[in-house]
Amino acid sequence: MSARDEIFAGIRRSLGVNGSETIRRQIVQDRLERAPKGVIPARGQVSGDERIALFKTMAEASLATVTEVNSPGEVPQSIALFLRNHNLPATLRMGDDPRLKAMPWGETTLEISHGPSQGGDLNAVSHAFGGVAETGTLAMVSGHENPSTLNFLPDNHIIVVSAKDIASDYESVWNRVRFSFGKGSMPRTVNWITGPSRSGDIEQTLLLGAHGPRRLHVIVVRE
Amino acid sequence: MTVHTTSPQFKQNAARALHDSQLQKALGNVKQGFIDKRQAAADKLPEFEALRDSARDIKNHTLEHLDLYLEAYEQKVTASGGHVHFARNADEARRIILDICRDAGAKTVTKGKSMISEEIEINRHLEANGIKPVETDLGEYIIQLRNELPSHIIAPAVHLNATQVEQDFRRVHKQFDAKRDLSEPVQLLTEARAVLRERFLAADVGITGANFLVAETGTSIIVTNEGNGDLTQILPKTHIVLASIEKLVPTLEDVSQLLRVLARSATGQEMSVYTTFSTGPRRAGDADGPENYHVVLIDNGRSSMLGTSFEEMLRCIRCGACMNHCPVYHAVGGHAYGWVYPGPMGAVLTPSLIGVDKAGHLPNASTFCGRCESVCPVRIPLPKLMRHWREREFERHLAPASVRSGLGLWGFFARRPSLYRFATRAAMATLGFAGRQRGRFSWLPLAKGWTKHRDFPAPQGETFQARWQRERNRRTA
Amino acid sequence: MSALPSSRPEKPRVGLFVTCLVDLMRPSVGFAAVKLLEDAGCLVEAPVQTCCGQPAYNSGDRGTTRDLAMRMIETFHGFDYVVAPSGSCAGMIRKHYPELFEEDPNWRAKASALAAKTYELTSFLVDVLGIAEVDATYHGAVTYHDSCSGLREMGVKAQPRLLLSSVKGLSLVEMKDSDVCCGFGGTFAVKYSDISGAIVDAKAKNVADSHAPTLLAGDLGCLMNMAGKLSRDGIPVKVRHVAEVLAGMTDEPAIGLAKEAAPRQDQP
Repeated sequence: MSARDEIFAGIRRSLGVNGSETIRRQIVQDRLERAPKGVIPARGQVSGDERIALFKTMAEASLATVTEVNSPGEVPQSIALFLRNHNLPATLRMGDDPRLKAMPWGETTLEISHGPSQGGDLNAVSHAFGGVAETGTLAMVSGHENPSTLNFLPDNHIIVVSAKDIASDYESVWNRVRFSFGKGSMPRTVNWITGPSRSGDIEQTLLLGAHGPRRLHVIVVRE
Repeated sequence: MTVHTTSPQFKQNAARALHDSQLQKALGNVKQGFIDKRQAAADKLPEFEALRDSARDIKNHTLEHLDLYLEAYEQKVTASGGHVHFARNADEARRIILDICRDAGAKTVTKGKSMISEEIEINRHLEANGIKPVETDLGEYIIQLRNELPSHIIAPAVHLNATQVEQDFRRVHKQFDAKRDLSEPVQLLTEARAVLRERFLAADVGITGANFLVAETGTSIIVTNEGNGDLTQILPKTHIVLASIEKLVPTLEDVSQLLRVLARSATGQEMSVYTTFSTGPRRAGDADGPENYHVVLIDNGRSSMLGTSFEEMLRCIRCGACMNHCPVYHAVGGHAYGWVYPGPMGAVLTPSLIGVDKAGHLPNASTFCGRCESVCPVRIPLPKLMRHWREREFERHLAPASVRSGLGLWGFFARRPSLYRFATRAAMATLGFAGRQRGRFSWLPLAKGWTKHRDFPAPQGETFQARWQRERNRRTA
Repeated sequence: MSALPSSRPEKPRVGLFVTCLVDLMRPSVGFAAVKLLEDAGCLVEAPVQTCCGQPAYNSGDRGTTRDLAMRMIETFHGFDYVVAPSGSCAGMIRKHYPELFEEDPNWRAKASALAAKTYELTSFLVDVLGIAEVDATYHGAVTYHDSCSGLREMGVKAQPRLLLSSVKGLSLVEMKDSDVCCGFGGTFAVKYSDISGAIVDAKAKNVADSHAPTLLAGDLGCLMNMAGKLSRDGIPVKVRHVAEVLAGMTDEPAIGLAKEAAPRQDQP
């Protein structure tokens, strides 16, 4: 008997089942298919401007900074300004996200590079798959458009999120993921990001930039 | 297979801890921080209690159907290009992990924080086989330098002061200028970040645990504030996920319920900074990510807990709330418990995993104050489970003889009301008489444990029942 | 003064579950409880009783616990209510007796019936009899410790405070962490005495920091533990069971004090 067989046999013995019971299988099948939602906090169940405002409040509470622009075209200048305000060099790394690519970077003097991070990048920008107003969380999806390493290696991470992609709750984001990738499928990585990296491991003192970015800056694009 | 534990020496460990002034100072930080923050987070969310019920129900449902959800999970992981391995015990798990590391030609391995990895003692095994494991969670890194076990399942270095950390960094990080200033925590963090950044980039294999495994999609989830788990799992060529079998959760919606209570219960945050959902190795369109993705599913005693009175312990989501609120943990810290899991959850789980003969002290060292149960996000009845262990020990005559005979004597009298009233009248009259001058005893035979730390108040002398009887007789006379 | 809901029998028959600690160590608490219950319009009887079995229960001896529980169930059969001046003893019956007889439907039913009518003293007065005030005087500040079982098993927190607020001359000062364990835990205090000592040490500091000259609680085990520590440390706080103050029966010396050293507390 393999280890696998023995473990399953042990579980089934403890539960008093043999594993082929139809009702049990149906129950499991049903849950996996229907994926019932459970308790969803009322807090995020707002819409329009109220939802964006909630997102902003929650993201700021997690120590991210948030700014709003009226169109994608305003993003490059907004980023350039952000970097200047923090005395950061005008360099920026990004993936191949078409939404970012379409922005007028030429209007700035930013030195742009593309691709995943090798560890030496100071600033990076990614486009979020979506956001969650409930806790000010950004949902990032892996891929060459927005390499996951850009979420973690740079010192300063800027995330651009479309206002229309900011959902009330996580469950709405999962629905969109299913729509994009197929039910039961996922991209290699989905990151929920809520604020910049931190640690309390030294005498319970809150310190930012433990291993991931010291700064997280969110740009909400209203269209 | 020997498990390295000092749980049998719990009493001595505790005594040492009580006299360790550095530790006592550090433990002072633990108390209010975690407790107040959790309360604030709970107060801010009206649905918090309902979410706790939901979390408990999801875990119960999953455990009842664990075999089927494991099957579904395995299918999905394989379909996404990952490999699933099953390990019955720590020995097997270590062998599987070493094989994967050898196949990858690994020289260094980075590790995200994983309690199951401590449980199977994988670091020791890798080192013995010429592979260097590097802990990347800041707290775990610090205790790795000190060759210690974590003292808390969320904050592994909570027992240390900044000065101690500074001393360790100076001792080990010889590559930096000896005269550098490390007096501020932020300087320690900056140094650790630089050192570990190099390790992250150089690692051949990354090993993480998994807070949850999702059956619907074959996904493993890690929850961190630092981002170290993410760097551990996306930079090296090979990612190994270690998880015990009860980490399964059916769907993405179900795991979202659990995530809503996890961070709030652990640190009082609405959500941890990084919650990462990983499914298989990198895809064609990925710019980064591991080429190989392995999941090692470990039993190590869990399947035998199913269907027993300890089954409810398998709901645990490792948030640490119980130990954050425990007066015993506050007094002695985590190392006194002698193994991987401290506090109330450790008191219940450890005997299941390493045997009640070794871990018998742990479920006994509790006042049953019930605070742990009152804050457990999945409503595990921890005192009740500790009592079950005491019942097992009683049946197996593991309790010390003096306690058994003392209670046996008490039971003998308590079963015989007339004898009880007679004996207690006599005893209390004597004791009351002996104590009438001061009203208390600084020392009493058979009560050394009590009088070592406090006086023993003298009884008033006449028992209630004697006086009640007397006054009754007078009234009816 | 007494406010009996009209649906109840004229004078409820209350069986006093005196508890072995009160019986043996401090009967005045039992008599204070009797006074409070009689003043509230109850007919009180204290049937011959021994122990509810909690020490055996928490030590894992279910056999002895069941034997003692069966005795208690028989002893208190026929009363309208069973009231104890202790959250942990009342909790033993209310929360744990039914579970003790899980496999025996007959005894389980009896245990559940007893559990349903068992109460801790202050919660019985306030929640069942609707009493909101007592006729007593006690001059000075007191601080109140919330015993764990009373608080978490029996929901006792607001009730003693409500009754104390009606005591003439008394002011209630809350100490830090009033709801944190005092370190008694029954046999724990003896078996793990060092840890118990550390926990009660923290409690004693909180009591002292409240600057209240009197400490009250609803459980004698906790009270003896805290009184013993306070006197060992030379902290001059008077420790009493809350029933004593509510019943205006504070002639007896406080816990751990000798007869000669007790001035009358209810005089300015």
